[in-house]
Amino acid sequence: MAEAAYISLANVVFSRSGRRIFDGLSLQIPRGKITAIMGPSGTGKTTLLRLIGGQLKPESGSVLVDGHDIPKLRRGALYQLRKKMGMLFQSGALFTDVNVYENVAFPLRVHTKLPEDMIRDIVLMKLEAVGLRGASDLMPAELSGGMTRRVALARSIVLDPELIMYDEPFAGQDPIAMGVVVKLIRQLNSAMGLTSVLVSHDVPESLSICHYAFILSDGKVIGAGTPEQLREHSSDKVQQFLQGKPDGPVPFHYPAPERAVDFGLGAKQ
Amino acid sequence: MMDAIARLGKNTLDFLASFGRASQFLLGVLVGVPKPSVGLPLLLKQIYSVGVLSLVIVVVSGLFIGMVLGLQGYTILSDFGSESAIGQMIALTLVRELGPVVTALLFAGRAGSALTAEIGLMKATEQLSSMEMMGVDPLRRVIAPRLWAGFLSMPILALVFSMVGILGGMLVGVEWLGVFEGSFWGNMQASVDFRDDVLNGVIKSVVFGFVCAWIAVYQGYDCVPTSAGISSATTKTVVYSSLAVLGLDFILTAVMFGNF
Repeated sequence: MAEAAYISLANVVFSRSGRRIFDGLSLQIPRGKITAIMGPSGTGKTTLLRLIGGQLKPESGSVLVDGHDIPKLRRGALYQLRKKMGMLFQSGALFTDVNVYENVAFPLRVHTKLPEDMIRDIVLMKLEAVGLRGASDLMPAELSGGMTRRVALARSIVLDPELIMYDEPFAGQDPIAMGVVVKLIRQLNSAMGLTSVLVSHDVPESLSICHYAFILSDGKVIGAGTPEQLREHSSDKVQQFLQGKPDGPVPFHYPAPERAVDFGLGAKQ
Repeated sequence: MMDAIARLGKNTLDFLASFGRASQFLLGVLVGVPKPSVGLPLLLKQIYSVGVLSLVIVVVSGLFIGMVLGLQGYTILSDFGSESAIGQMIALTLVRELGPVVTALLFAGRAGSALTAEIGLMKATEQLSSMEMMGVDPLRRVIAPRLWAGFLSMPILALVFSMVGILGGMLVGVEWLGVFEGSFWGNMQASVDFRDDVLNGVIKSVVFGFVCAWIAVYQGYDCVPTSAGISSATTKTVVYSSLAVLGLDFILTAVMFGNF
């Protein structure tokens, strides 16, 4: 990876409820590119985004974002740095008590002193970018799942961030909505020069738009590279994930006692 | 036996850990006071939803409790031929005890549970997380206005409760049962002391307001972000607030009125 890294994780160790999620995780995310983080459910993909955003702190290791060591930043500095980050949550996370317009305007109202007419122009421009300028008066409860995610996307880019993180942007979307999100991620990345981090387990969609991808399993990176490199990766585990095989190095059966023990077969005389 | 002791120890440790987290949380909220230009509109909005919208239940409850006090007081006092002291009895009971305590219990049930459910749902739908990621501290933006709104609303609600209760007692005592109006108000004025009775009652409601609002916002913020977690947090808010109010009331009463 020749490009300068915008995000760099080194030897990150993180546990939750006694379970080790990352065990010495190291990876570098290049500036200005779309990077996909993939892996089976429960491998800590969303946790990784929260570590990058400073919402969680690792037990050890460093998380550098644009040269700032996130776990060591003071609270005020971290909140300042977050103005340069956008995050699209899986649920959209819109404020349910205000309409679409006010949701998108929220970061501008909090962080800038722009006059109302300028806020209006920026909000409508961002809504136009996601195709929802006409929905500005709707309440979040009136939006479909796909529209909610697009409004959330407009809100996350309203401050023109340098980094945007997408948490499972394709999950639960119909094919049209998924196509819209794929198009938007690609367009926003090229038009705004964003560094995009995409967390997903939808392999075809993620590989179709990313420049680089990492596959995580058991708290470590098991495969990394361009989509072409990953498709030809020699690891059985990587191939099992990419091809969606039900059994392989990641077993179909959850660890369990011997069948004979559970079914009481040996006990009958 | 050993299991019971171990369970007791675990529960005690869990309680202490939770209390420690709640204290840290409170410190974060109190330290992070937003600028007045930002915080005041948020505070006023919360005072409306926490305080003003609780007025109906407080007024109706106060009226009925005052009327019941009038009835019971008349029945008991008339046995001793001293039904003219009914005004004094109703006012002292309400201002010292029932006003602050019943208002706090009503507040926990009406506003406290709503605060917990609202904050819990905001957590479950990642609204608090998204706020953090937008560089906005939810402790300042969401929690602090709600805590202060509860704290400021409770004494006013308690005073309204006492006033309406006295009015209800007068309706029953004077208008219905025929106690002489002059002795009703006169005895009340002669026996209710502003500092010893009214002010102590207000101090009680300030303490209850603080504790109830703290419990409500903390339970919402700390809840497990699932439907079962929010349900459990809402229940805990009402139960813990009620127990805290009743326990603290005994302590405060002993300190304020226990001239043994």
